[in-house]
Amino acid sequence: MTEPIISVKELFHQYGDFTAVDGISFEVSEGEIFSFLGPNGAGKSTAINVLITLLPLQQGSATVAGFDVVKDPEQVRESIGIVFQDVTLDRDMTCREILEFHGNLYKMPNAERKDRIEELLALVQLENKQDTRTKNLSGGMKRRLEIARGLMTRPKVLFLDEPTIGLDPQTRLRMWEYIKAVNREGTTIFLTTHYMDEADHLSDRISIIDKGQIIATGTPSELKNTLGEDLIYLETSDGDGTRKILSGMEMVKHITQKPTGIVAMLNGDGTKILPMIIEALSREGIRVSTVNLKKPSMDDVFVHYTGRELRDEGAEKPSMAVTRAGRR
Amino acid sequence: MHLGFLTIFWRDMLRFYRFKTLLISSLVQPALWMAFFGIAMSSNFNRFTSELPPLPGVPTVDYLTFMAAGVIAMTTLFTSLFGGMSLLFDKNWGLMREIFASPLPRNHIIFGIALSGMTKSFIQAIIIMVFGILIGAQFFFGYTVIETVLAIVGILLFVAVFSLGFLFLSAAIAISLESPEGMQGIMTLLTMPIFFASNALYPIDAFPPALQAVSVINPLTYLVTGIRYFAIGDDFQAIGIHYQFTPFQIVFAFLFLVGFAAVMFAIAWWRFRKAVVT
Repeated sequence: MTEPIISVKELFHQYGDFTAVDGISFEVSEGEIFSFLGPNGAGKSTAINVLITLLPLQQGSATVAGFDVVKDPEQVRESIGIVFQDVTLDRDMTCREILEFHGNLYKMPNAERKDRIEELLALVQLENKQDTRTKNLSGGMKRRLEIARGLMTRPKVLFLDEPTIGLDPQTRLRMWEYIKAVNREGTTIFLTTHYMDEADHLSDRISIIDKGQIIATGTPSELKNTLGEDLIYLETSDGDGTRKILSGMEMVKHITQKPTGIVAMLNGDGTKILPMIIEALSREGIRVSTVNLKKPSMDDVFVHYTGRELRDEGAEKPSMAVTRAGRR
Repeated sequence: MHLGFLTIFWRDMLRFYRFKTLLISSLVQPALWMAFFGIAMSSNFNRFTSELPPLPGVPTVDYLTFMAAGVIAMTTLFTSLFGGMSLLFDKNWGLMREIFASPLPRNHIIFGIALSGMTKSFIQAIIIMVFGILIGAQFFFGYTVIETVLAIVGILLFVAVFSLGFLFLSAAIAISLESPEGMQGIMTLLTMPIFFASNALYPIDAFPPALQAVSVINPLTYLVTGIRYFAIGDDFQAIGIHYQFTPFQIVFAFLFLVGFAAVMFAIAWWRFRKAVVT
């Protein structure tokens, strides 16, 4: 853990007058799984595209594997592997040909290329599909093949842009296994995702990104701990009274108003604090109709930092989603 | 030396061979041109021109032989102009990102795709020559074996530079556009004047001055001239016109095509350096 393997300072990126990346800075250490968590259109793919040298760097600075993306793009390219957001496999080439093609693009010597293909086909369990054209593969197999392709040149950093988008839950779990296995071998992983559980499950560290800015960074447990140990949700007969009482209590760290109730973050063990809260409320004659106690999840973390839920934004604001998709 | 362009070439040839419909149609199409258009037109032209008194002492060439050279040129033009189309599909389907994010220098993409387009044109040109001779085109008439081989090499050299020029142009257009339909439109727009304002199917001598001016700067005219020189000879008459080529004219035609290819490469190189694919 000496030099960071990715270092980004004050990165800006604009498409016309739309600011996709709005001054982000972060570092990724060698060997870790680092995630960008954020909704669609948050600027994750734009940032990744600058780091992998597909987009020109407009403002700020970025180094990947010790090389400057502006001054030494060739060296950056040679040091990284990429799995793109959508499937980028030629439908009419076989798995083996896909890997051959990729190895040749990176000038891998013949013998090394052949060995590496065998190795990777085994890793992603596609040996018996090696002569199958990619159009005949399932979604999960395509993703696995793309991961194998990303690993062909033994990259120092593997970029994964939304690696499990559109996969069924079982296949997602298996993809996570592969990603962890690859990381254990020593490859640093930079991941973007809009799935809370994915970021939570896979990452050593997460940056929450929204509207082109990083709003929080930390390990999954650090991020969740900022929300306190436990969260309680209350629906009562008197919302204002409840807020007043809760805000006077020492073990309540933060209160959030919800449409029909109140969420309180607690400093301590919720199982002990909750009875005390209910008692205090009943002393003031406030009846509690609904109660829920839970550990904070990444969803709660996201809501806490952005003030809204991380859902597919497209569902709420279709027009916005369309323009963003068009710009990507 | 970086041989990365061979990787691009390999993939494009793989796809050419794998898409059987593409493979067969591109091989059969020029033969069909010869079989239908060639035979139909030559029976007509031969009837018109049979009344013209032939120039004494100059070998006469029938229309089929005359236009076979034009069909080689036309096929090369079409194949080359559409040769860049696969780049547009690669771009739209995201496959270009893999290539653009790799260390492969971008001019190798241009070279690779040009090399495979050129190979396809070679295959087609040879098919037309063989098929043309089978249905009666008098190519390499009276040539010795060595002369025939040299003539074929000469034809392929002309086909090579010409196809490179239009493949570079095609690649430049493909990397600059978003939609295959748009590219199709531009191609159609380009093929019309290039094909019809040339000497591929008929002599340009009777063109009005404006059209003649176009034909003089038309690379297709120079390709056809080169092919006729090598396939038929430097002194013959066809459709009542006396054709004579000096070596200087042939060298000039070749250099014109080289210059055209160089300019087109410069344009493609510029477009590829500017291209952003995400």
